[in-house]
Amino acid sequence: MKINELIDAPSELTDTATSKSAVVLMTRIRLARNLARHPFPGWAKEAEGRAVLAACLQAVAALPQMKRGLAVGIGELSELEKQILVERHLISRELSHGKGAAGVVISKDQSCVVMINEEDHLRIQVLRAGFCFKKVWATIDALDSELEENLDFAFNPRLGYLTACPTNLGTAIRASTMMHLPALVISGQMEKVVRAVNQLGMAVRGLFGEGSDASGSIFQISNQTTLGETEEEIIKHLTGVLNTIIEQELNAREKLLEGESTKLCDKIGRAYGILQNGFLLNSAEGMNLLSLIRLGIDLGVFPDSQRALVDRLFIECQPGHIQRHSRRAAEAAQRDVLRGEMLRTEFEKVPKPDFSNAAR
Amino acid sequence: MANSLKCDLCGKPATVHLTQIVNNKIHKVDLCEACAQAKGVTDPSGFSLADLLLKGSLNPEPQGEIRCEACGLTQQDFKKTGRFGCPACYEAFSGALDPILDSMHKGTSHVGKVPQKALERRSLYERLTRLETDLDQAIKAERYEDAARYRDELHQVRQAANGKSKNAK
Repeated sequence: MKINELIDAPSELTDTATSKSAVVLMTRIRLARNLARHPFPGWAKEAEGRAVLAACLQAVAALPQMKRGLAVGIGELSELEKQILVERHLISRELSHGKGAAGVVISKDQSCVVMINEEDHLRIQVLRAGFCFKKVWATIDALDSELEENLDFAFNPRLGYLTACPTNLGTAIRASTMMHLPALVISGQMEKVVRAVNQLGMAVRGLFGEGSDASGSIFQISNQTTLGETEEEIIKHLTGVLNTIIEQELNAREKLLEGESTKLCDKIGRAYGILQNGFLLNSAEGMNLLSLIRLGIDLGVFPDSQRALVDRLFIECQPGHIQRHSRRAAEAAQRDVLRGEMLRTEFEKVPKPDFSNAAR
Repeated sequence: MANSLKCDLCGKPATVHLTQIVNNKIHKVDLCEACAQAKGVTDPSGFSLADLLLKGSLNPEPQGEIRCEACGLTQQDFKKTGRFGCPACYEAFSGALDPILDSMHKGTSHVGKVPQKALERRSLYERLTRLETDLDQAIKAERYEDAARYRDELHQVRQAANGKSKNAK
């Protein structure tokens, strides 16, 4: 599969949303693996890096899960193509800035990704729409075991899987979910939640990982510790915390509906108006408006059939996707025009809001 | 002030004092404003205390500097990036690493998934290499009875391994 076909094909994140993914947009697990007896990517000489890339690309691309997928060296992709993969959460920013020896293999449905020569030799990743750790863990566990048939992983019986950074040592797992928490943001409780979650040993990040902002009220929450617990325990512990956050978010929504339903309906109604009629929208504003529409869907203001559209637009209103959509490179100011145009067209078809369920 | 705190990273007077409780363990970090900014402490969403602890707590003096024989990484290199050079570094730096792991993780021993097939393959490989060396030595020393035994054993192990890999496919 070529990169262009992959970008145009329906994908896990953009086309499969259902009401089951009300608060949790996406579940993702990543495993870090390294080849025994080879220096880690950050310390390897170029020739060593290239040898690892060749061996890993071949082993990963041969997996049945990767059949008819994309397997490329990062140097073969244009800047825009890399940016699009980052915006789809398929590759990290770090990999997209990678030098010659980095590569990536992506499955046809874009749910399985293996990054090669990022911080570790292999970063195996499985992502699915909705809240589904069981399924994602089963998939990635199998993928990892199959890779193990052909690759010798660096492993120490006492320390577990050896990783470039000791913070990932042991299971080398990072389990995370992308959560949509608009009511906690609107009611000013998010800071408190972040603090509590941090104290439980979990990390909270913005939409695009470390250091990114939380536009669209979307947060990534993940485990931080990897050694001393089994993968199942780590996932169970995280799931417990996430269930509490979901409950808090739903409570906050209930409270908003009770106390400030007019204000809330006003926000949702205005978001709809701007998305249908606005001409200049930067990505942060676009994300925030889409977030309100998504909240509207959860509250029954818009039909559930619109959910996949909003989740797709969360990704397609990002700068790389806007430029690809309009088939030209564009500066930020120009992109705002193009984004406005794209969102106006998409929202022409969205039915008028019905506030009878939300207004009290 | 009688006893003003110094920044854990650069030694300037510290103005940012951070306490984080992870798994019921208290971690305290004191930073000057510049280091706090640089480490993203002011941005709670992008800040990892583990990373900071990692870089701050390895001994700064390179006394009789430890070096990984396999890849050449020194403790200074590790301090700079917080990343190891190769899998063997975990052995080379184990003395300095263990206390950090304790503060960074839930435990210091791995209890999760084990790459069963890779480990079996490695132990098989080691067994074959050992038998081959034994066989060579026995032939050189003209201990032909031993050599015949090693040869048969080698044959058996190889056959068992082939059968296994066929079943796996």
